[in-house]
Amino acid sequence: MSRALSVYAAAALVFLHAPLVVLVLFSFNGGRFTVWEGFSLRWYQAAVSDPQLAEGLVNSLLIAVVAGVLSTVIGTLAAYGMWRRASPVLSGALYLSLVTPEIVTGVSLLALFQWAFRFLHLQLGLYTVVIAHVAFSIAYVTIVVSSRLRSYDRTLEEAAMDLGATEWGAFRRVTLPSIAPAVAAAGLLALVVSFDDYVITSLVAGVDSQTLPMVIYAMARRGVSPVVNAVSALIVVAFGAVIVVAERLQKR
Amino acid sequence: MNTRWWFLLPARVWTALFLLAPLGIVGAYSVLTRGDYGGVEAPWTMESYTRLIDPLYLAILWRSVWMATLSTVLCALLGFPLALFIARAGRRKNLWLQLVLLPFWTSFLVRTYAWLFILRDTGLVNTVLQRLHVIRTPLPLLYNDGAVLLGLVYSFLPFFVLPVYAALERLDGSLAEAAADLGARPLSTLRRVILPLSAPGIAAGCVLVFIPCLGSYLTPDLLGGGKTVMVGNLIQNQFTTARDWPFGSATSLVLMLVSALALLMMMRSPATKEML
Repeated sequence: MSRALSVYAAAALVFLHAPLVVLVLFSFNGGRFTVWEGFSLRWYQAAVSDPQLAEGLVNSLLIAVVAGVLSTVIGTLAAYGMWRRASPVLSGALYLSLVTPEIVTGVSLLALFQWAFRFLHLQLGLYTVVIAHVAFSIAYVTIVVSSRLRSYDRTLEEAAMDLGATEWGAFRRVTLPSIAPAVAAAGLLALVVSFDDYVITSLVAGVDSQTLPMVIYAMARRGVSPVVNAVSALIVVAFGAVIVVAERLQKR
Repeated sequence: MNTRWWFLLPARVWTALFLLAPLGIVGAYSVLTRGDYGGVEAPWTMESYTRLIDPLYLAILWRSVWMATLSTVLCALLGFPLALFIARAGRRKNLWLQLVLLPFWTSFLVRTYAWLFILRDTGLVNTVLQRLHVIRTPLPLLYNDGAVLLGLVYSFLPFFVLPVYAALERLDGSLAEAAADLGARPLSTLRRVILPLSAPGIAAGCVLVFIPCLGSYLTPDLLGGGKTVMVGNLIQNQFTTARDWPFGSATSLVLMLVSALALLMMMRSPATKEML
């Protein structure tokens, strides 16, 4: 039976990886169609010189960095606070955010923003996307940081306070430095989650604030374009690099 | 005020304003009347909920539950042997786990687009088959339930493998050996020893697949075209094109209710009692 199991596992691995491998492979195709016509970088050139993709990339990076930093700060503070003493209401709310379908999170935020705009002279833009991304990223950050804190020795902090440190001082100068790799890993995860989101973003983004996934979605909808393959390949590589760094950080 | 209060404050404010308040607004909108130009108006009414009983919408709800159930069953059938293999892979355990999770760490949109690229009329499968003269006209591989199912299973398979692997990992290997020593054949060891003991992991995996599948939007939208409408697409449509916010809100709440019921069923099932 173990023989059959190995063959099956290999087949499952092919199923999981093959779609992405062929996608990346055909980004180097010389022709427009799904027939191999020799190696070429023309679709990468086309992708790099596409103004919409460039604008989407800038917007996405901007949103991911701001939302990543904000949710890392908020999530880390929350994880630390809940580590000191459990807060059932906050952890309940964070779990709720994890099980709420993305589409519901998206429309509910859209409803909130539209309601608020009745009183404020504002409209949807990049900042509404940042608010939404922070809202769903806090839970991810909290989970990563909390799991690190579980193995953190409480007595270190008690020692610092016995030696005269304030609670804030003990956190900033003793606890935070030792959980820093996990915090950085959580930040990278938040960055990736924000950069990748399409469903929520498409609902709360302003007309002039297209993100990269929104541009890719529109291109994929329009029809065959190897440019999308090229962009996808770049995203796969970039995400892979970020995740490898994040995992290394968490293991420290 | 103690210091801990200040640590929790930013998260409390953010979740109250941008998670709980929006859900509250959706709850309120679901019992209001649709406005003439979108938006909502008085009076209070349960009309949006009663409209959900319309056969058209019941069919969409039912189809979503059915698709999510089917995806869960497929993930379980495909994922269990994989988890079992990884748990028994000895020193290569971690390598295999990483390899299974790797595609999961790339963009969700890119993973879904990959299937669009493979399945469409001018996509990989149809082009290859046409070149080999197996078929003359492209097969309709895309924009049907099968394509959506494939996309869902592909996206959420790791969600099943991970908890089941964790359960199998903890399982004492000597139990299976004892069964074998006592004359049990591999399949009956599997059925009578391994499966019951890994049941909590299987239950967790099922819920982790079922909930996101039920509320999925992007997969049915891209791979199902306009045909395979699931409840997520219905909600999106009510809030954008149709501009019927009360009905979209009521549908959102029903979707969350069904998800919560699935979660509750898992937590109540005897399989997971000992885990909690």
